[in-house]
Amino acid sequence: MPSFSMDNMVSILPEMIVLSLALAVLMFDLALPKDEKRYLAYFSVAGLAIAGYQTMNLAGLQLDTFYGMFVLDGYAIFFKVLFYIAAAIAILISIGYVKGQEMDKGEYYALILFATAGMMVMASGADLISIYLGLELMALSVYILAGFMRGSMKSNEAALKYFLLGAFSSGILLYGIAIIYGVTGTTNLAGIAAFIQSGQYSGPALTLAMILLVAGFGFKVAAVPFHMWVPDVYEGAPTSVTAFMSVGPKAAGFAAFLRVFTTALPGIQPDWTVIIASLAIMSMLIGNVVAISQTNIKRMLAYSSIAHAGYAMVGFVSGGMQGVSSVMMYLFIYMFMNLGAFGMVVMLRKDGVAGEELKDFAGLAKKNRTAALLMMVFMFSLAGIPPTAGFMGKFYVFMAAIDAGFTWLAIIGVMMSAVSAYFYLRVIMYMYMKEPEGEFELAAPLSLKLAMAVAVLGVLYIGMAPAGLIDFARISIAGMM
Amino acid sequence: MLLQTGFIYFATVIVVCALMVITRKNPVHSVLFMLPLFFHVAGIFIMLNAEFVAAVQVLVYAGAIMVLFLFVVMLLNIQKERVRPRVGLKWTFTAPLGLTLFGFLVAILVRSQYNGTQGSFTIEAVKQIGNSQAIGQVLYTDFLFPFEVASVILLVAMVGAIVLAKKRLD
Amino acid sequence: MLETPGAVLPLNYWPVMVYGLIAIAFGIVTITIGYFFRPSKPSQSKLSPYECGCPPVGDARERFSVKFYIIAMLFVLFDLETVFMFPWAIDFKALGAFGFYEMLVFIFILMVGYVYAWKKGALDWD
Repeated sequence: MPSFSMDNMVSILPEMIVLSLALAVLMFDLALPKDEKRYLAYFSVAGLAIAGYQTMNLAGLQLDTFYGMFVLDGYAIFFKVLFYIAAAIAILISIGYVKGQEMDKGEYYALILFATAGMMVMASGADLISIYLGLELMALSVYILAGFMRGSMKSNEAALKYFLLGAFSSGILLYGIAIIYGVTGTTNLAGIAAFIQSGQYSGPALTLAMILLVAGFGFKVAAVPFHMWVPDVYEGAPTSVTAFMSVGPKAAGFAAFLRVFTTALPGIQPDWTVIIASLAIMSMLIGNVVAISQTNIKRMLAYSSIAHAGYAMVGFVSGGMQGVSSVMMYLFIYMFMNLGAFGMVVMLRKDGVAGEELKDFAGLAKKNRTAALLMMVFMFSLAGIPPTAGFMGKFYVFMAAIDAGFTWLAIIGVMMSAVSAYFYLRVIMYMYMKEPEGEFELAAPLSLKLAMAVAVLGVLYIGMAPAGLIDFARISIAGMM
Repeated sequence: MLLQTGFIYFATVIVVCALMVITRKNPVHSVLFMLPLFFHVAGIFIMLNAEFVAAVQVLVYAGAIMVLFLFVVMLLNIQKERVRPRVGLKWTFTAPLGLTLFGFLVAILVRSQYNGTQGSFTIEAVKQIGNSQAIGQVLYTDFLFPFEVASVILLVAMVGAIVLAKKRLD
Repeated sequence: MLETPGAVLPLNYWPVMVYGLIAIAFGIVTITIGYFFRPSKPSQSKLSPYECGCPPVGDARERFSVKFYIIAMLFVLFDLETVFMFPWAIDFKALGAFGFYEMLVFIFILMVGYVYAWKKGALDWD
């Protein structure tokens, strides 16, 4: 009879809490009457808070469990905390929105929690198999969420596009995993690294597998040239889902991407540095330049999301303690500012329909000062203007690049940030300098206000006092590097 | 010799069937060509001494997934699909691209060495204890965690099918 | 070069293949024999599709209801669940209580899905 130690149960405690929460939401939904589904949202947020508390209690532990399939370390805990906050803010944003869009269903919250559980498995996976399964769990839940607005053709199209391209990218990722298994005889990250280190392999298959992995993960983090799906899916999906999708799966993609490449493939680092550096340049270039010509705010934020993946990859290329911690910090900050920006899009309704066009923001400052001010803070932060957190994120990423000798990469990044200021500041220009047209309706229930308050506080606090977050990131990966 | 002949037979049928699937005008024919494809994949699994996987291939793919595909095809307007050409102008660009990629992959994979660490379940060991037993011994110990995650994925798929396709959802 | 995997050919599967070949051959042979020996006198009513003796109405390729999709999907999912239980049942003794509890968790999670599908009415036809 196989042995089973208690460490296993301790290490997956956070996953068990989130999964039980998701199952409970699914079951309670059956008993709740139609117009009281919002209680499921409150219940989910409370559960996520408990999960966050329990996860922080595990900080400092280093457990390798489930026969090398799963690892609980600081790195995983950092990302899990990020996922809880992202999921909680996304749920709070959704409560009012889903009611207005006839998608007020219990499954909505359950699927967000299932996706969160998948992302947590990705961050903790120490084996390509468990990382792949976590990725599928996350992706499957998000495909469904993208098509949750069943009456809308756009939402259906977004879900189908995302599903078809996502399934294709999963196939590419699996092909890469299969080749790695063929070459090294193991799917365990540490085992792969040990095999490469021993110098027994020869031939280009490992490089091919690495390229396939880059393609698979690159799709999930929305990096150019694997970004084709992003604008259509972000635009078509319900706005509250887009908000979640643009931060959660992206951060989870980076979490797995970084762990696989830094722990399993450090032996071929020169090879992947070149590829990821070119991906970073293309993402920053295409994301920022194409965003300029967008008139739909969701599409603009989609291209901005591609560009931000590029910035994060600059830190990835730099590598080492400083590079990895700067990516982690960047993703944490990006989570606050992007959820904030999408929260404002959710809030704004004009003449009875969702205000998703840039011109719908015209004159917002004259009608509602607070809303315009909040949007301005998020836009400043996305553009990377001090004293917001976005500036600090970019600062640490570019510093890491310069210290690692990638000064040219940092210069491209700074130049592209300057380009990005144009379309972010244009939103502010529309809000403050144009005359309002039509009737504004700001659908802002208390939950949405609370979420926006958390987001704006996060952006401003980290902007002024970034030391706490960067220390958290550095301590988290102290054991891994 | 027998091994090579068997493999060449199965592989050829698989490739031909796969080509038929993507080139047939009538989607129902496309799906039906998948049936021999699945059976011949199962044949390859048997030749690799992976009997359990072969059985699953027939049971799940040829049995369940085929039915699902046929249902999905029948949900569509087949008459409209049939008049649309399958092999069009796009192929003049994509086919050379795909073939180049294929040649590239083959060249790389053939030139590489596969001398990775061997597991404890060699063919002799598997023959000794039985194929399904060997799978069970690994799946429910080493791969316990992925196994439980798989059940959650199945659950999400179930929720997804109902959320997206149920007529009245309340 | 690629090494040949599976150096030992599972020869005990030969009968299965022979059986399959006989099955295919039986179909081909009987139809071919019938083709040569049966009288062939086609007429209008003989060539029309048979529909309980009535004249056929409409096209046979009508679009199916999406209800079939849900049923097929649920079938695939529970089919997969059964596949996972098969090797577990064989190794039940070796895995002991540990194996019992892990399968309990697996089934519990899918049981939630079953209750969900039932209560949502996904198993009802209307």
